[in-house]
Amino acid sequence: MVAPIAPASVSGAAVPLVEMTDIDKSFPGVRALAKARFELLPGEVHALMGENGAGKSTLMKILSGVYTRDAGTVLLNGQPVDITSPRQAQDLGVGIIHQELALMRDLTAAQNIFIGREPRRFGILDERQLNRDAAAIFASMNLKLEPTVRVETLTIAKQQMVEIAKALSYRSRVLIMDEPTAALNDAEIAELFAIINRLKAEGVGIVYISHKMDEIKRISDRVTIMRDGEYVGTVPGADTPIETIISMMVGRTLSNDTLVIPNTADAPIALEVKNLNRGREIRDVSFSVRKGEILGFAGLMGAGRTEVARAIFGADRRESGEIWVHGQRVGISSPKDAVEAGIGYLSEDRKHFGLATGLDVRNNIALASLQRFTGPAGVLDEAGMQKEAVGYIRQLAIKTPSDTQEARLLSGGNQQKVVIAKWLLRDCDILIFDEPTRGIDVGAKSEIYKLLNALAAEGKAIIVISSELPEVLRLSHRIAVMCEGRLTGILPGGASQEEIMRLATLRQSSVVESATQRKTA
Amino acid sequence: MTDTAAPAAKSGPRISGAFHRLLAFSGLIALVVAFSLASPNFLQTQNILAILQATSVNGVLAIAATLVIITGGIDLSVGTLMTFCAVVAGVILTYWGLPLPLGILGAILAGTASGFVSGTIIAKLKVPPFIATLGMMLILKGLSLVISGTKPIYFNDTPGFNQIALGSAVGSVFPAVPLPNGVLVLFAVAVVAAFVLSKTALGRYTFALGSNEEAVRLSGVNIDRWKIAVYAVTGAICGVAGLLIASRLNSAQPALGQGYELDAIAAVVIGGTSLSGGRGTVVGTLIGALIISVLANGLRILSVPQEWQTVVTGTIIILAVYADILRRRAL
Repeated sequence: MVAPIAPASVSGAAVPLVEMTDIDKSFPGVRALAKARFELLPGEVHALMGENGAGKSTLMKILSGVYTRDAGTVLLNGQPVDITSPRQAQDLGVGIIHQELALMRDLTAAQNIFIGREPRRFGILDERQLNRDAAAIFASMNLKLEPTVRVETLTIAKQQMVEIAKALSYRSRVLIMDEPTAALNDAEIAELFAIINRLKAEGVGIVYISHKMDEIKRISDRVTIMRDGEYVGTVPGADTPIETIISMMVGRTLSNDTLVIPNTADAPIALEVKNLNRGREIRDVSFSVRKGEILGFAGLMGAGRTEVARAIFGADRRESGEIWVHGQRVGISSPKDAVEAGIGYLSEDRKHFGLATGLDVRNNIALASLQRFTGPAGVLDEAGMQKEAVGYIRQLAIKTPSDTQEARLLSGGNQQKVVIAKWLLRDCDILIFDEPTRGIDVGAKSEIYKLLNALAAEGKAIIVISSELPEVLRLSHRIAVMCEGRLTGILPGGASQEEIMRLATLRQSSVVESATQRKTA
Repeated sequence: MTDTAAPAAKSGPRISGAFHRLLAFSGLIALVVAFSLASPNFLQTQNILAILQATSVNGVLAIAATLVIITGGIDLSVGTLMTFCAVVAGVILTYWGLPLPLGILGAILAGTASGFVSGTIIAKLKVPPFIATLGMMLILKGLSLVISGTKPIYFNDTPGFNQIALGSAVGSVFPAVPLPNGVLVLFAVAVVAAFVLSKTALGRYTFALGSNEEAVRLSGVNIDRWKIAVYAVTGAICGVAGLLIASRLNSAQPALGQGYELDAIAAVVIGGTSLSGGRGTVVGTLIGALIISVLANGLRILSVPQEWQTVVTGTIIILAVYADILRRRAL
């Protein structure tokens, strides 16, 4: 099904697939784009970079017909076009893989891929043809997946692959990937890059939005940088130092401040977990975190790190195991118990679990502490809530017009800070961060790092689960490594990446992993 | 990619789907067995036919409601729409004296038109389905009274009309099995609806809309059009229900109808269709409707007072949904 697309008409003289110039776009109260520019050549991987809120996604949503522009011109293959709907964009050969997975969970993989253009015979859906077509796309992607499997039952990584298959099935000449690797592990990223390279060879132009610098360096031919809705510049991908790109993104040079590791070895133990078990996901996990310490959790996807966090927090039942907080054994069977014990959990999926996106910033911050603001007649003390919220907005430097702004309108990094504020207000002194910087841009990342360091310095005990090794290495006093539900080791902060990876792939998994890699190679 | 997730992923939905139908179905069987043991009068041909006949109207309405509920919407107007369609048939046949096929066509078109209006209000004006169809429920109730002149309309001048539900095409061939036509109509509607849901684009979008409407929109599908189509089909099926009930009573009763929507939604829910959309089956709804009728019939045979029957039905609804929640948790 993947279209055999004619190779690009050689080199520099090629007509750009896409030329966007002077694009303006405003939303009520926000100027999202101002004279934004972008150009994409056939067979090119063009990275689009910028901090959250820089306008990358908005620009690409205009190209893919989700939004319509206020001003400016869009040329496709040199022809001016007016793209007014996602359908029209598809017909023009522009495909997009959205950052927030846009799949129908109750449908099968094949049904998702061909939604809106199901093969029919005499007006009746031809399910067999549908599954055959999907299987062909999967085969071309070197992906082992049953077309008839329900998307709901797939891992996030597999769902992402379904999204990519869907975009490929449109025979797109322009493919926009918005954070395609956010949920993928290294092997899966390699698969994705192989697919990208093949598409490239076929002359497809790929817009690659990502915050991960190493990926940008590996895959992109050119990089266009945006800031505050404006075009900053375009540089070659391979030859431009990362520092240059970052300084173009943030408009300043970031100090690469290394973590000052205070000695926490003598500090009292804040949280101790003993022999935690839950099915095959968590097997006999024991560890402790001291006051003022940041304990990193490393491991491959599915190693059981999030499961451990959720079990400690009482979000999932545990089969056995003890949890001790400040030397007291606590019975935690629900998140309420955990919060009362002073444990806060910041989930990786902020939109679904961490943030009440429909509520404003003030109410989100106060959400876990409403009892404190409830007056004798049961009436909420709005003034008190506002005072606290404003205090945290200032203390954590949350970028928001006011405390009554709806939380969903904030950028990812600032949403993260709102959730942090919520737990701080609730007096949680043990904080579990699950992928704290997923989907957050470089500038905001470094702010979150500083914030975590500051919180630790204040004596909070912090657990950071992260799939990005540099992040774990940079933040952690000690690093716990998990593999297949087991804690395979706890390393000191200065450990090497190789050591971590060795522990992360220890035992059975090392056999399985290499076997699959051979198969797919 | 690792293969480890694949087997679990494959087995998951199949087990759950089969399990679910099994649960509702075994509930139905258990009821039938229990009532048969409790009373010798229950498992008689006459009584079984009576149960099926009693299921036909609610069953058809429940199938209508199933479609919109799978989209993640709701239709509170199915009951009064049914009445409205019956009244329209009465006006065409009795007041205007037109031939029977036109009356049938008129009722179904009236239902389709009303569903089209509901769908348009929901899709284009973005009024939430609950509110839009609550409004339509009252509008249709009032219109039924208006066009009928607040009086029942009798079909005494249209001799064939009561045969729609009460005649027995099967019985004329096999006198031993006088299966009423109304039941045949119910099965026919069920078969067609099941076919539409599983084999046509309309069915596919019905599930897709309930699963993730935004994703459907981003896939370039005109979601407004399909949403309106689903409500229109639901309306058309309500038209069929209107014909059935009018035929059974040999009259269009303009004051009847309100409350039927709740029985219909109850059948849908007992049958395992999720009120949050994205999943559901016609077979499940059929079983749900049968459970409600069997309960009513069996309890009546056991001389349980009417008021207690309602209490039992309510309890069953809650238990059915709780069983579904338990199942999901176990997965």
